[in-house]
Amino acid sequence: MSKPQAEKIEIELTVNGQPVAVSVSPVERLLDTLRYTMNLTGTKEGCGEGECGACTVVLDGLPVNSCLVPTIQARGRRVETIESIDPSRLSELLDSGATQCGACTPGVVMSACWVLDHPDLCDSHSLRELMAGNLCRCTGYDGIIDGLAAALDASNQRPGAGA
Amino acid sequence: MASPRRSEGISKLTGRERYVDDLAIDGCWWGMTARSPAPRGRIREIRFGKGVDWSEFVVVDHRDIPGPNEVRLIELDQPVLAADRVRHVHEAVVLVAHPSREMCRRAIREIEIVVDREPPALDFRVTPSPDQIQYADDNVLKHLRIEKGDVERALAGAAHVVEEVYETGAQEHVYLETQGMLAWEDDGVVTVSGSMQCPYYVLNALIHALGRDEKQVRVVQTPTGGGFGGKEDYPSNIALHAALLALKAKHPVKIIYDRGEDLAATTKRHPSLVRHRTGVDSEGRLVAQDIEMILDGGAYVTLSPVVLSRGIIHAAGPYACDNVRIVGRAVMTNSVPFGAFRGFGAPQSLFACERQMDRVARAASLSPAEIRRRNLIRDGQTTSTSQRIDDGTDRLAVLDAALRRSDYDAKREAHRSFNASHPYLRRGMGLASFYHGAGFTGGGEVYLASTQHVAGLPDGRVEVRSASTEIGQGTRTIFATIAASRLGLDESDIVIAEPDTSRVPNSGPTVASRTAMVVGHLLELACDDLRRTLGLPKDAPGDAVRAAIIARLASHPSEELVGKARYKAPPGIQWDEQTYKGDAYGTFAWATYVAEVEVDLRMFETRVIAFDAVQEIGKVLNETLARGQIQGGVVQAIGWALTEDFVWKDGAMANAQLTNYIIPSACDVPPIGVEFLENPYPHGAMGAKGIGELPMDGPAPAICNAVADALGVEPTTIPLTPERLMDLMTEAGVA
Repeated sequence: MSKPQAEKIEIELTVNGQPVAVSVSPVERLLDTLRYTMNLTGTKEGCGEGECGACTVVLDGLPVNSCLVPTIQARGRRVETIESIDPSRLSELLDSGATQCGACTPGVVMSACWVLDHPDLCDSHSLRELMAGNLCRCTGYDGIIDGLAAALDASNQRPGAGA
Repeated sequence: MASPRRSEGISKLTGRERYVDDLAIDGCWWGMTARSPAPRGRIREIRFGKGVDWSEFVVVDHRDIPGPNEVRLIELDQPVLAADRVRHVHEAVVLVAHPSREMCRRAIREIEIVVDREPPALDFRVTPSPDQIQYADDNVLKHLRIEKGDVERALAGAAHVVEEVYETGAQEHVYLETQGMLAWEDDGVVTVSGSMQCPYYVLNALIHALGRDEKQVRVVQTPTGGGFGGKEDYPSNIALHAALLALKAKHPVKIIYDRGEDLAATTKRHPSLVRHRTGVDSEGRLVAQDIEMILDGGAYVTLSPVVLSRGIIHAAGPYACDNVRIVGRAVMTNSVPFGAFRGFGAPQSLFACERQMDRVARAASLSPAEIRRRNLIRDGQTTSTSQRIDDGTDRLAVLDAALRRSDYDAKREAHRSFNASHPYLRRGMGLASFYHGAGFTGGGEVYLASTQHVAGLPDGRVEVRSASTEIGQGTRTIFATIAASRLGLDESDIVIAEPDTSRVPNSGPTVASRTAMVVGHLLELACDDLRRTLGLPKDAPGDAVRAAIIARLASHPSEELVGKARYKAPPGIQWDEQTYKGDAYGTFAWATYVAEVEVDLRMFETRVIAFDAVQEIGKVLNETLARGQIQGGVVQAIGWALTEDFVWKDGAMANAQLTNYIIPSACDVPPIGVEFLENPYPHGAMGAKGIGELPMDGPAPAICNAVADALGVEPTTIPLTPERLMDLMTEAGVA
């Protein structure tokens, strides 16, 4: 068979706390490595050009569009995907109707959980600004924004919160 | 009481829901499509370049189709794969399959489809020249007409007559999951599994073009990441493509469109042009509505005739008028085919109607609220099709609730002083009153004769077997609520079967806001049938139902225990397809929406800063899901009204990427206020009316009416982009 791509490169990275080694072509997207090599299919492709945020993952603590990240740039770095999220954090989003069709949802949840982990951002940004990188065509965003606001309230009231 | 939670909600929130592209199938190949570069012409040659080793690929063209080369829908004019001619850019011509997706991409780049071009018809508003005629003798796919009273005479006697022309653009669905299908053959049965709204549409298309009988094909819906009508008809094309490749490759084949291909090649909302000539008496009462609606039908018939039908039936709005004439036509062009999109023609005709009502109000020196108050249909009056409305809904209460909720009068007053003092911001309030008929139009539901089953399971639970699909709107959750309520069981006792045509009956398509209302009611009747089959009285409690199911299946383990229901029209429904008179819909949902906008005169940008949606929908089955339908529909309509602009080239979308086809983000829209009024509909599940499409109808005219209120200009065309608004204000001499 003809070779589809250039020489592959061996790299190591940490995905959801686990060290992994993968062999990737220089142009392979992190999105595809996660989905098709590691079978972490929770991360979705919505547009492939960094507009919709469905493929959001957290790279070394910052949310990124994994469709715009060549996998080799993740060499030696930490990647968290939707599969790392504890479902107990999501009850407010569930109750508020934050998911309908579910295709944008993993990206929405990654961004929302990142906001929950960095509540100080709310001092300088509205929730709508913080969530503007995740397009949703079903909810009209109220379900997402209301759920995130409720989750922030709940985490403030949790013992030990508010640091 | 809190709404029951969405049953698959946690699975979606945690990314565990498996969509078609998430399924890992051993030995699966990728499929991809080579498309026409020209809007019209004869295919002279297909050249296969030397950049790939073609012996590694499976290549399919029209000669590989076992049955007729036709995508089965209303007409059979659309080929599965173009044979000798093409009618639009991006029409599918050749398919390739290979184990590597990247190799498929390379192969597609190596295929050159050489077309001898012929003159395309690209503007549906212009009479085609003789060499552009491709359908009948005038390119008109469908003519329709509604007549009531004597329009000309009434116009001659009217105190004021207002004439205007309105235009609406195409709209892309942008479901976040792009289209995709997986096909394989196993023991002589072709199975196609993928993202879709209507498994039986796909099944019938496969039976037809593959020349197989019903037992040799099977269609399974995978969790579907949004549809909005975009996955009503087009999935049949992709399913056929995947199946043809799988049959020839003797491997499972998966076709997943990327966003660019999905935007470029799949169906869109029909562009429209609507002319209004409206007469009112000196009191502002409608005496005549003369309306012409023209739709761009695109390159193939697809669903255009029924989109036109719904469009003209809604064109006169929720008003009483004795003299109405509505003529409609859908015109064939060499644009990418237009198809179903939430609202299905009604958003286009209601945009024109509700903008026109504001023009009429000004001509009659009435406020926008007052002109609607005087003309909204009262019980005992009739619609344009002479359908007598007698449902007991207080439509004035809907209007009043919207005015109250939005603080309409006070805000309008406050905006006058704001606008007089602010250097560059202008604010305005706009409203739209409208209605939406749920279920298939006219005799459509009778023709469909949908069926719905429920089956007892050995552990006493009940399985709902339906071809109605979950596409984000909450079908699974709603069906569990309906079945549990009817049988006296808990929602956890209800199992929703996967929509698999080998297991579920044909419940009709998941379209037309019909799932909860029409199919949900069939579900209630199927539950009643199950009870009867068990020999239980109608009021037997859930414990008795559960015990009877367990006992029956223990004593008759090899028998299926199934309750069934088939659609019958509610008593008294009359529709004449020839004259377009009668009960166009079993019922309507009624609504008034209010938009508050702020226009920045430096950039001519319009922002919606507040929005209130009030509607009477029969019965709210699940508050969270119903509110989500309204809020999502309103925001989708805000996009259609303001930002979702098409750049056309040769009848195709030149801006086929989300970078420059702009759908609203969370930052672009305000919170959407929602209020429901209830007046139970006796033939809908638990009293419900359909609501899925309703919220698409009102926002665009409400927003443009608010812009008119803010600026004193009259927008007639959407999307109202900054460029369009600048032109409008320049023409009006106010910018």
